[in-house]
Amino acid sequence: MIGLRLRRAEATEEATGGLLSYTDWARRDIKWLFGSAQVLLLVLLVLIGLGPLVWLAKGAVTPTIDTLRNPLALFPHGVAWSNLSDAWSKVNVGRYFWNTIVLALGSWFCQIVVATTGAFVLSVLRPAWGRFVSALLLGTLFVPVVVLIVPLYIEVVHPPLIHHSFAESYWAIWLPAGASAFNVVLMKRFFDNLPQELFEAARIDGAGPIRLFWSIVLPLSKPILGVVSIFAILAEWKNFLWPFLVLTNSPDRQPLSVRLPAIQAQTQLGVLLASMLIAALVPIVGFLIFQRSFLRGSGFGGALKG
Amino acid sequence: MLAIFTAFSWYPITRLVVLSVQHTNLIDPPTWVGLQNFRDVIGDPLFATAVKNTAYFAALALLFGYPIPLIAAVLISESRRFRGIYSGLAYLPVVIPPVVGVMLWKYVFYEPSSVGLFNTVLGWFHLGPYGWLQSPGTAMPALVVESTWANAGATVIIYLAALTAVDTDLYDAASVDGAGLWHKIWHITLPQLRGVLLITLILQIIGTAQVFLEPFLFTSGGPANATLTVLLLVYQYAFGNSVGVGFGDAAALSLMLAAFLAVFSLVFMRATRSWSTR
Repeated sequence: MIGLRLRRAEATEEATGGLLSYTDWARRDIKWLFGSAQVLLLVLLVLIGLGPLVWLAKGAVTPTIDTLRNPLALFPHGVAWSNLSDAWSKVNVGRYFWNTIVLALGSWFCQIVVATTGAFVLSVLRPAWGRFVSALLLGTLFVPVVVLIVPLYIEVVHPPLIHHSFAESYWAIWLPAGASAFNVVLMKRFFDNLPQELFEAARIDGAGPIRLFWSIVLPLSKPILGVVSIFAILAEWKNFLWPFLVLTNSPDRQPLSVRLPAIQAQTQLGVLLASMLIAALVPIVGFLIFQRSFLRGSGFGGALKG
Repeated sequence: MLAIFTAFSWYPITRLVVLSVQHTNLIDPPTWVGLQNFRDVIGDPLFATAVKNTAYFAALALLFGYPIPLIAAVLISESRRFRGIYSGLAYLPVVIPPVVGVMLWKYVFYEPSSVGLFNTVLGWFHLGPYGWLQSPGTAMPALVVESTWANAGATVIIYLAALTAVDTDLYDAASVDGAGLWHKIWHITLPQLRGVLLITLILQIIGTAQVFLEPFLFTSGGPANATLTVLLLVYQYAFGNSVGVGFGDAAALSLMLAAFLAVFSLVFMRATRSWSTR
């Protein structure tokens, strides 16, 4: 299927010129130079992009002793599938895996609810105070989230008004995840571009704001919902520092990213590598399935890093 | 939505400012100390070390991580047949969870004994073994190499998207006028990418100024504080000793970092405005 898509892209591209014109491609020196640079790049990309992952997969099913003796040897003493099962059950990776899923889904849900409803209010309902809130939202984009860990930590451990610590609870991760100004801005921009006539027509037909949101705006926003969802889940899967801080004392509730460094010292290398492979598998499979959204959406995702 | 943002964005921002002028330990009522925390932080010899290290990390990351994705993207975008495979390969490290990436590099690639992966390869040429993360000279570059591996793919994708927007008629016109390959790259491709190049530059500087995970997991700031970065120092102030005592200092340092980045981005955008949109 990927092949098909590529061929179609190729066909359209052939019509337009690229950096190299056809006369350029016909010139032998340039063809040779650019061609060999591309082959070199392919080799490098396979080595750098795929290499570490392939090695990890190999290390995950190689007996520890072999990996320790020569990391580049190919299964001198057979394959140790037991690494994977040991990791899953003995080192409890199965449990941490589940924790990670629960954390990711909760954060995803929170982000989607906040982003869609917030953007809906700001973009479609447009209350008088909307401009003020939008300005505040844009302002928070300038504050890197990571500098807020100290006040956020204090807030979660000693919340104002409520005398109940949220430390060691998943709520401490789910709820703050929702406060992503970036998601709201992205979603709002998408809603702004939806045809306004639809909203007018629905209003005339007597649809209230809730119905407008549920039956018109949400179904129209599937593409942007997909992109935000993918990046929300991936971000939580990668998250380390915040769960590390707020779930410090409950190892049984920690996600993989927090547990892996913790179990390193008392786990033999083969089993550790198997655990790492398991942790990397979900994002990689997700990437292979949703490659298109990833590669198109990462323009936003890259901006998110700032 | 308002509740979530008030609770987890606007309130913490306000609280950060308040904390930076308080002494607090979460038990006794906080006391106001004015700018004492800022003075403490600036007077701390580790502060200068952390700032220097972070700047060093950012400079190295620019050196490795800025030109490579651009060259890769230009080459990839010319490959009509394999573009999807190229960009997929380049992006793959980005989706690997950072903790897994760091651990893989730390315990396998940078393993200091002769069976570390890099040391094994160097061993074929009778070099090493080297303690990549154990010597103050190589620790920081080692971190930057891993970090570039983990992040460059995202930048490649941004450039690829920007390259498709380059007006191809210009290339054709230039070819007709007899312009060579380098001329076209220098006079058409790069100028057309100007805006994106500036954005990725500022994003990369902002991102590397906040580097935490790599030094935290690889080296905990060692050896001899050679990889102690600003955010790692924030972490050590806040959670390093007994939790709570250093919250004021941590908040002061966080605030300085945030203020520096905000001012830096504004100045950067102002300075390059005329240049990026001509």
